[in-house]
Amino acid sequence: MEAYLDNSATTRAFDEVAQLVAKIMTTEYGNASSVHHMGVLSANRLAEARDIISTTLKVDPQEIIFTSGGTESDNMAILGAAKANAWRGKHIITTAIEHPAILETTIHLEDEGFEVTYLPVGSDGVVDIETLRGAIRPDTILVSMMFINNEIGAIEPIEEAGNIIKSINKDIVFHVDAVQAYGKVLIRPRTMNIDLLSVSSHKIHGPKGVGFLYIKKGTKITPICYGGGQQKGMRSGTENVPGIAGMALAAKKCYENFDAHIKNMYELKKYLILSLEDRLSDIKINGPECEKGAPHIVSLSIKGLAAETVLNMLSSKGIYVSAGSACTSNNPHISDTLQAIGLDKSLLESTIRISLSMMTTKEEIDYFLDTLCSQVETMRKFYRH
Amino acid sequence: MQYHAFIIKYAEIGVKGKNRYVFEDALVKQIKRVLSKCDGSFEISKVAGRVYIEAENFDFNETVDQLKTVFGVTGICPAVTIKRDGENRLPDVDGVTKAVLDFIDGVYPDKHMTFKVKCRRVDKRYPMDSMEMAAELGARILDTYKDMKVDVHNPDVLINVEIREKLNIFSEVIPGPGGMPIGTAGKAMLLLSGGIDSPVAGYMVAKRGVDIEAIYFNAPPYTSEKAKQKVVDLAGVISRFTGKVRLHVINFTDIQMYIYEKCPHDELTIIMRRYMMRIADKIAGDTGCMGLITGESIGQVASQTMQSLMCTGEVVTDMPVYRPLIAFDKQDIVDISVKIDAYETSILPYEDCCTIFVAKHPVTKPRADIIRKHEENLFENIDELVQTALDTDEIIEICK
Repeated sequence: MEAYLDNSATTRAFDEVAQLVAKIMTTEYGNASSVHHMGVLSANRLAEARDIISTTLKVDPQEIIFTSGGTESDNMAILGAAKANAWRGKHIITTAIEHPAILETTIHLEDEGFEVTYLPVGSDGVVDIETLRGAIRPDTILVSMMFINNEIGAIEPIEEAGNIIKSINKDIVFHVDAVQAYGKVLIRPRTMNIDLLSVSSHKIHGPKGVGFLYIKKGTKITPICYGGGQQKGMRSGTENVPGIAGMALAAKKCYENFDAHIKNMYELKKYLILSLEDRLSDIKINGPECEKGAPHIVSLSIKGLAAETVLNMLSSKGIYVSAGSACTSNNPHISDTLQAIGLDKSLLESTIRISLSMMTTKEEIDYFLDTLCSQVETMRKFYRH
Repeated sequence: MQYHAFIIKYAEIGVKGKNRYVFEDALVKQIKRVLSKCDGSFEISKVAGRVYIEAENFDFNETVDQLKTVFGVTGICPAVTIKRDGENRLPDVDGVTKAVLDFIDGVYPDKHMTFKVKCRRVDKRYPMDSMEMAAELGARILDTYKDMKVDVHNPDVLINVEIREKLNIFSEVIPGPGGMPIGTAGKAMLLLSGGIDSPVAGYMVAKRGVDIEAIYFNAPPYTSEKAKQKVVDLAGVISRFTGKVRLHVINFTDIQMYIYEKCPHDELTIIMRRYMMRIADKIAGDTGCMGLITGESIGQVASQTMQSLMCTGEVVTDMPVYRPLIAFDKQDIVDISVKIDAYETSILPYEDCCTIFVAKHPVTKPRADIIRKHEENLFENIDELVQTALDTDEIIEICK
């Protein structure tokens, strides 16, 4: 038996998505910019994908720019908005628990003369909205905040943040990294006052190497790559038509029967957490309470065990999870998120992330629980202190 | 400059008396092995104590990089060679002069330099002897290229002109790795961990012509699949120099845990290493190896003090343990690791089985009699565990 519980890293593609991608690659492989019939077929696929995706967000199809994935979307948002608005000011606000696609980009901007404020989070991983209010300055041009944290599943107060930002200065660009949130929560950029929103396809059972950036009409942003002028010059490069069509189909399937999927995921998550607490001693579930966090992410610290050992053991049994923090004897990198929530030092190396998807079954959870619980005590005996 | 040949220099092989052909054949075999990885077509010939490579449609840098991995090669001379014509004649003096002038122009567009011509006229039918020929060529070069000056003691460029079965002209000598060709010594078993030292140790022994078989002790789930892949990659680094490396992956977890349960924790590493040596010794014997190779260096870590080395070495009874790094400082080892392109792989951050169960304060001066005594605690099950480890030996063949 296998149990794939690393869905925040990536997901298995829907079969229909894989079939559609293969079909387009072999039978509708025209360049969407070509004038001939094959080109028109591809252009139609793009238009259809824009329609599907914009419907899931209740936005205009023209506001969707296809990219190569979450990292490119984040880079385009941060670099493009910073550059286009630099004349108004050079202050950017983000949080301490963002994905590296954001944090490394803002660090780069600091070298370029921008000033960046990193908002702290509470022990539940959530940003305090008043702290955000206090951080906004007259020269603030951009606020970037993730919707759902990838390591502990904290859901950030995006709507409140959007309201506060826009009530103080409507020119501040509000970017939301929704890579972990799209398909897991309902996102309404218009009512949430979101100007830019990053999404990745492979987190929602779509193909890898594709994603999109929602750009609200009128948002000041410059492109970060130049070339043939595709997508109104915002993102040059021949469109990845099979990937984009696959992503759109995956998005459609995630938002069909959305409530039922989410309810099911929360039930599994709850069952997982309760069983862990019931069957194991000296463990800690990090992040917000079950229902207040994302439906698909559980961060588990197991006292007296190295995450890497747990990972390897599970992997050898066909169970796939992530280490909460990549830390071995000669790689002292500690997760920013786990440090930001003030996790006890002794637990930093002992934290794994279990992440579900709408494909996850109770049998998989049970197999994981049985395997983990049967091995924990043996592994604890050989932990190097 | 379009070179189309290489003259391969080798040193020690020249002094091997009647066995010389064995060494030269091995060298040619190794050269053929690495050139098969290169673009182009190559003709390799062994004439009068040297190896010529004639090359067509080849990438110069790629070819030289590959030749630099052949043990036994001390110098790689990119050359222009001119063959005898249909009547078995080489160019006359004017012809040679023209070839040399063209060569200089091709290799050295900027002629502000000092030079010396060294001539070797092996073909005695030639009208001038070596000295006369060198003087003649020197004079003609000075006439033609006014910026060039002669310096016979310390020239910027030494132009070699050889009149032998072919006319060879070369100036640059690219250093090779030296050593002896693979296949001329025998085979040894390298204890390969994921660290910096053991691949270097393997490289150094291989450089003396030794074929390498390797053994890695895997401890899942305490070590990861990536740690194992790293060792496979390091074996690949060695195989660039040696050709195919057979890697034995031994599952060591149960033995390690058993030792952990039964023996004092501060002796864990020593006892563990004794069992690694025993297993390596056994497999080495079964696979025709004539020695073990380790990356140990005196005093580098607790298990490499002289006392520890005595303790771990005494269990190997059937063959010598070669420790080529025994007197090296860490930095010297790192330098070689970087040179052979192992370093970037070696420093990847994965746990290996030697680092996971380490006691806070391991013994640094173990006494063999005490260790032997404590090993008696293992007698109930250890033979069976070792046998299982031997029976489940996973063999991976690696050839880069």
